[in-house]
Amino acid sequence: MSAQATIEQRERLIIVGNGMVGHHCVEQLIERGALARLDLRVFGEERQRAYDRVHLSEYFSGSDAETLALGDAQLYAEHGVRLHLAEAVVEIDREAGEVVTAQGRYPFDRLILATGSYPFVPPIPGPDGAARLVYRTLDDLDAIRAAAYGAQRGVVIGGGLLGLEAANALKSLGLEAHVVEFAPRLMPVQLDAEGGAALRAQIEALGVGVHLSRATQSIVEGRDFRYRMNFDGEQFLETDLIVFSAGIRPQDSLGRSCGLEIAPRGGVVIDGECRTSDPRIFAIGECASWNGSVFGLVAPGYSMARNLASALSGEPFEAFAGADMSTKLKLLGVDVGSIGDAHAATPGARSYRFIDEAGSAYRRLVIDAEGKRVLGAVLVGDNSYYDTLLQYVQNAIALPADPAGLILPLGSAAPALGADALPDAATICSCHNVSKGAICAAIDGGCSDLAQLKGQTKACTGCGGCAALLKQVFEHELSARGVAVDKSLCEHFAFTRQELYALVRVEGITTFEDLHACHGRGQLGCDVCKPTVGSILASCWNQPIMDAALVPLQDTNDTFMANMQKNGTYSVVPRIPGGEITPDKLIVIGQVAKKYDLYTKITGGQRIDLFGAQLHELPEIWSELIAAGFETGHAYGKSTRTVKSCVGSTWCRYGVQDSVAMALTLEDRYKGLRSPHKLKFAVSGCTRECAEAQSKDIGVIATEKGWNLYVCGNGGMRPRHAELFATDLDDAGLIRTIDRVLMFYIRTADKLQRTSVWREQLEGGLDYLKAVILGDSLGLGAELEAQMQQVVDRYECEWANALKDPEKLKRFRTFVNDHRPDPAIHFVKERGQRRPVGNAELHLIPTTEEVL
Amino acid sequence: MNPSNQAVRVDLQDWQAVCSRHDLVPYSGVVARVGDAQVALFYLPEAAQALYAVDNHDPQSGANVIGRGIIGSLKGQPVVAAPLYKQHFSLLDGRCLEDPQQVVRVWAVRFNGDQVEVAV
Repeated sequence: MSAQATIEQRERLIIVGNGMVGHHCVEQLIERGALARLDLRVFGEERQRAYDRVHLSEYFSGSDAETLALGDAQLYAEHGVRLHLAEAVVEIDREAGEVVTAQGRYPFDRLILATGSYPFVPPIPGPDGAARLVYRTLDDLDAIRAAAYGAQRGVVIGGGLLGLEAANALKSLGLEAHVVEFAPRLMPVQLDAEGGAALRAQIEALGVGVHLSRATQSIVEGRDFRYRMNFDGEQFLETDLIVFSAGIRPQDSLGRSCGLEIAPRGGVVIDGECRTSDPRIFAIGECASWNGSVFGLVAPGYSMARNLASALSGEPFEAFAGADMSTKLKLLGVDVGSIGDAHAATPGARSYRFIDEAGSAYRRLVIDAEGKRVLGAVLVGDNSYYDTLLQYVQNAIALPADPAGLILPLGSAAPALGADALPDAATICSCHNVSKGAICAAIDGGCSDLAQLKGQTKACTGCGGCAALLKQVFEHELSARGVAVDKSLCEHFAFTRQELYALVRVEGITTFEDLHACHGRGQLGCDVCKPTVGSILASCWNQPIMDAALVPLQDTNDTFMANMQKNGTYSVVPRIPGGEITPDKLIVIGQVAKKYDLYTKITGGQRIDLFGAQLHELPEIWSELIAAGFETGHAYGKSTRTVKSCVGSTWCRYGVQDSVAMALTLEDRYKGLRSPHKLKFAVSGCTRECAEAQSKDIGVIATEKGWNLYVCGNGGMRPRHAELFATDLDDAGLIRTIDRVLMFYIRTADKLQRTSVWREQLEGGLDYLKAVILGDSLGLGAELEAQMQQVVDRYECEWANALKDPEKLKRFRTFVNDHRPDPAIHFVKERGQRRPVGNAELHLIPTTEEVL
Repeated sequence: MNPSNQAVRVDLQDWQAVCSRHDLVPYSGVVARVGDAQVALFYLPEAAQALYAVDNHDPQSGANVIGRGIIGSLKGQPVVAAPLYKQHFSLLDGRCLEDPQQVVRVWAVRFNGDQVEVAV
């Protein structure tokens, strides 16, 4: 042990356990500079270094062990921490002051237990193996994956938080998933009866079977599946595999066998300083019991790790004083939140409840007897209320006059808690315990950029749930300090998009090089300014985007005039104006899809998307489509996408105008128009509105006398209804008005700003927009129309243009020196078509290369 | 880095011709196969260093797409933006600017007349 002898007399600290909490403790010690005086060894029982157990189910949906791993692989080595993986500590010899593993004995001056917990498997008679799986470690997940091979149905015993996570994992493996719970509702700890019922309805709608109030008596051989689970009262359920997730137990066996004090319900007893009954030994996380409680969440474990690291570094520290067990989760895609006293256990507590049986949403607000404070809340179906409610509970903020507004559907003037209403003590990020005060201090210290703020304070680097709130606080505090938010497009242009648009227009600039030379700085540009300028040039001059000078400006998808998908292949969308297509053209699409083996799907915009084409196949596919009379659909561009239409008066007994003909006119006019963001249109033939025009950027609805025009709506992440802009327009008036609205939008919107956001930020609102467009208050009307006409006149199908020029086609090669396709792209068949193989399925793929 | 040192180092390697200058697309990328590897080649005709080569494999998405990214310059260093998730890689050392854990291999590359050659 000569290496040991050369180490000066540093205190020897050993951490047993390399899970999330043990790892956090190491990080905190490093951050506090404690490694200068500590000789630190870490023992982990598992093969893998610390990983993110909270997001374990992502292991089946694309993440591998390395992406789940926490922190930089080199971190321990860089700071001289010796990490012993796959080396379980089997004994703590307190007398000798040593830990014992199969490999040897290691002396310690102080010791931290961070051994976590293990899944509880109730003693039910039955076979082992696939009938007795658990869900805790990556190895457990590998075992589940192996058991799922050839299986059809999987059951999770336990309908708590982890059980539902496990059900999600089974679902991602393609199994029919069932959850069996002993209690009469799901998530009995966090939810009340109505919340449990709403969650059950949502989960059943996702195709997961839910079986409540069921106690499994035995597991025997099944008839239709591998196993049969027998419940009380002759009932049973058959399945191919069973995952137990009926709760966790503190992993306290090391503490137990060396005689540390153990709590009656398990867990190594600790005080507020995380000290066990032996003053040299500490315990943190799920293996520890504080005040009779074990905390099965990561945030309290992190807070113990942080406090202990401060104490060991000789810094002032807070004593651990319990933890807020509020949780916000997305289980099987369903939002679930539980805050504070969710069960209204506080004497005198009263509740408000919002129940939406149609949408299976449920919200409960628990307030105190005096009606002054929020005590807790239950949320199922929509967690957008969570942040505000949590702030009310944590910071004892006084209730608004109408407390029910806190859980009523948004839009009915819910009093959202503004960033300025929060006290400095308000916790913004619970994972890293960052208060509003700490954020303000960082801003006062000169931090003026959100990424920098996250790096400095660690806020929003844990679960990420506080992202929206952090941004809100950051922007509010910046403007409160009178800091002008820098509106420069990027480091190459100290202008906004609107200013650049004006420069391009006024000076007649037609290339990025000229604009950069006259008004830019630095070299080369970047992926922010190049596509922005490319879009402005196209909006103004509409030159073919594949022209040599314009090619390097185009965003990913515009470059190859197709939409890149997750595996690097492309999807192709031919234009189908108004959704009207002849049988002959439909057949051609089918033939092309079949020839190139493209996955085919109908889009929401009444078109057909063909997926899975490789770069070198795009020109061949397009020459066949163009020969049949198709044009590019611009699905790849920030540009006009589709004009959706109902069938209109030609067929429909209710139709009052020919909506299809108008849709064709509009699509033909605005196709190829590039704009700050995508543009979607729709035309409905009567007020029944079957084309859903009120959810589009430009919506047209027929009236007895002509057309009503709606503007600035959209679907997507934040839906917004379009607003009625003008009524009973004739055909020419409709087109003139749309020309002006769109060109005014292109002229004044920010980059990547949809019409809805543009309209909401427009000073003066809808009245101002009406004054400019309909009243021509700025005298711009004729100019806007002329500019639109120029774009319309210059339209040319980009694909037809590119196919004529061998120089442009040069780019469409997967490899410049090899005619073969990318050997790393693999497909599998599903429902009769091919789709990209998932990361989790890669082991199924033969590794030999296909040679064409 | 001392340019003469670099020259000494790469001269010990084998240079493999992968394509001609005419195959490159100015201010943008193309991809060549070099053995089992895929190398993205970026051409900046007027820059001091006109040619850059990095792995085509995007560590974040797992797809071979880096050669189809947008070329730019951030804080004076040439970068490529990965086309799927838009993270930036330095063309000088292959490091990802947003996440230092992501690195793409940088290949030595040169013109030999009109031939583009990569050191293997």
